Amino acid sequence: MAENLLEVKNLKKHFVAERNFWGKPKAILKAVDGVSFDIRKGETLGLVGESGCGKSTTGRTVIGLYEPTEGEVYFDGEKLNSDGNFADEKIQMIFQDPYACLNPRMTVGDIIGEPLDIHHVYNSKQERMARVYELLNLVGLNPEQANRFPHEFSGGQRQRIGIARALAINPKIIICDEPISALDVSIQAQVVNLLSKLQRELGLTYLFIAHDLAMVRYISQRVAVMYLGKIVELAATEDLYELPLHPYTQALLSAIPVPDPDDKQERIHLEGELPSPVNPPQGCRFCTRCPYARDICREQEPVMKTIGSRQVACHLVDKDGKRLYAMN
Amino acid sequence: MAELAKIDFEPLVRSAEHIQAENGEAALGYWQDAWIRLKRDKVAMLGLGTIIFLLIVAIFGPMLSSVSYADQTLAAANQGPSAAHWFGTDNLGRDLFIRVLYGARISLSIGIVASLLNFLIGVTYGGIAGFMGGRVDRIMMNIVDVLYSIPVLLYVILLMVVLKPGLTNIFIALGIGYWLQMARIVRGQILSMKEQEFVLAARTIGASRRRILIKHLIPNAIGAIVVTLSLCIPDAIFTEAFLSFIGLGVSAPMASWGVLASEGVTSLKAYPFQLFFPAIAISVTMLAFNFLSDGLRDVLDPKMRR
Ligand SMILES: Nc1ncnc2c1ncn2[C@@H]1O[C@H](COP(=O)(O)OP(=O)(O)O)[C@@H](O)[C@H]1O
Ligand SMILES: [Mg+2]
Repeated sequence: MAENLLEVKNLKKHFVAERNFWGKPKAILKAVDGVSFDIRKGETLGLVGESGCGKSTTGRTVIGLYEPTEGEVYFDGEKLNSDGNFADEKIQMIFQDPYACLNPRMTVGDIIGEPLDIHHVYNSKQERMARVYELLNLVGLNPEQANRFPHEFSGGQRQRIGIARALAINPKIIICDEPISALDVSIQAQVVNLLSKLQRELGLTYLFIAHDLAMVRYISQRVAVMYLGKIVELAATEDLYELPLHPYTQALLSAIPVPDPDDKQERIHLEGELPSPVNPPQGCRFCTRCPYARDICREQEPVMKTIGSRQVACHLVDKDGKRLYAMN
Repeated sequence: MAELAKIDFEPLVRSAEHIQAENGEAALGYWQDAWIRLKRDKVAMLGLGTIIFLLIVAIFGPMLSSVSYADQTLAAANQGPSAAHWFGTDNLGRDLFIRVLYGARISLSIGIVASLLNFLIGVTYGGIAGFMGGRVDRIMMNIVDVLYSIPVLLYVILLMVVLKPGLTNIFIALGIGYWLQMARIVRGQILSMKEQEFVLAARTIGASRRRILIKHLIPNAIGAIVVTLSLCIPDAIFTEAFLSFIGLGVSAPMASWGVLASEGVTSLKAYPFQLFFPAIAISVTMLAFNFLSDGLRDVLDPKMRR
């Protein structure tokens, strides 16, 4: 068996951003533009980046909701095809918006039972209900609420319902697309704890997507940082938080609020907005906002360098992992 | 930001049914909940009551009467309202009350048939366009846009000139004319829902296209569909009355409200009641349907409120 449960190789997903009068593509939006990573069995890989950098698109293309423009996804060494043929028994997804991810016209029992119905995994109504109750218990909800409709639940509870639905047919990998971003801070930790507990008990593997580095630290073993459709840095969590190599990672890290008032940490403020993925900047995609950008950054696209166990795509980091730019 | 309306600020008064649902095992479904809220809307309930009343008299009224809508008693022509003839008689001595009741049958069946056609054609067409998306959607909706830019009444009139006046042909003309709005609304709803996370979730758990359309998309568009239908019914009824009034609708001796009104106009000065009663019938029906559809819109699909 391969050590890597999931391998993503040079994945690209381009959307047509604009069509002309005849319906021919006029502008291409490169939402994901050559992303590669592996996830080991039982591990959590964090995928972090600003809103709009292509995290959801990556997750959705991996699971097969979108057909990749280029590149492959391998599950346990086996190539997944995405022509509407879902790897649903292997990979499942948890969504960002607790209000949009549940069909408002279905009861919670039917929402969680739907994957069971589709995959014919029960022989009787009682068996189905027993499984639904078991799943509700598993995610910390009261099985007596199975006949309720989603609008009767809070955001955190709805997210638990979404988790129960994803678990129904025993997937191996769960793609968590910002499952806590829409929740109150007090609820976020509860959901993260639930996900950790389920991972331990069920031996799950996670791709955990987030738009900042704050919570990811507590759940991920490794973190990939994404910028404008590409991964710019990938490292073990401790290494990344200890010594961020890419200037963008530094910027994201310094954006995490620190509760210590004496903290003298220098903050790097990201100037301007994320450039449009329709016309990404020449050279390094981050050069328009990078405080250390040099001429080479604007001319040449950096390649991904492997430095020990970590990877980074920056001209200003040498092959030994030394930063060639001054922290000011 | 969506506009806020009064209904958004309604206190969370729990009705007996709500409390029962909370204690009992069965939660309130969408329709139960909608019905409870609709019952609180007095104007809509007045509309609904009037419509039910109209339906009952239209079905059973003529059955209970000994005279038919076409029976002529020339000796009793042009009589005013009396105990024998509640709404009076027309110039051929036909009982106007019975004729107005017959008119209700025609008007209501026009409404029912128009909404059925509207539902079948509009929901199918719009559903396919929205669900398929891409090129299919573009072509299908371009056709709708072109047809939509022509006023419905214009080509209903043109069609009625080409076809011979008569009930069946009115059905055909309304069927061709009335589904456009429905197709647009359904297509818009499906298109906006297709990318929502609960539909993506259904796809990731392996739901077929058919299942997604039937279990996820249509049930969530049904509010808008019902509201659109309830708006199209009075429109269709009025169009029929108008066509009959100008002589393009049903023909004598059939008695649609439009025909009755048209006959009433000719003797307006001498016998105003001959216009008055059919006109009242048309107005009351239109109002009743509009009251009900307003209430339905508030309850089922508040987003559609302008
Ligand atoms: N279905 C789609 N069609 C066209 N463009 C899309 C689609 N989905 C996402 N995009 C675009 O792709 C880019 C990345 O989006 P997304 O993956 O949602 O980012 P993130 O999840 O990191 O916030 C954005 O510019 C977004 O507008
Ligand atoms: Mg996203």
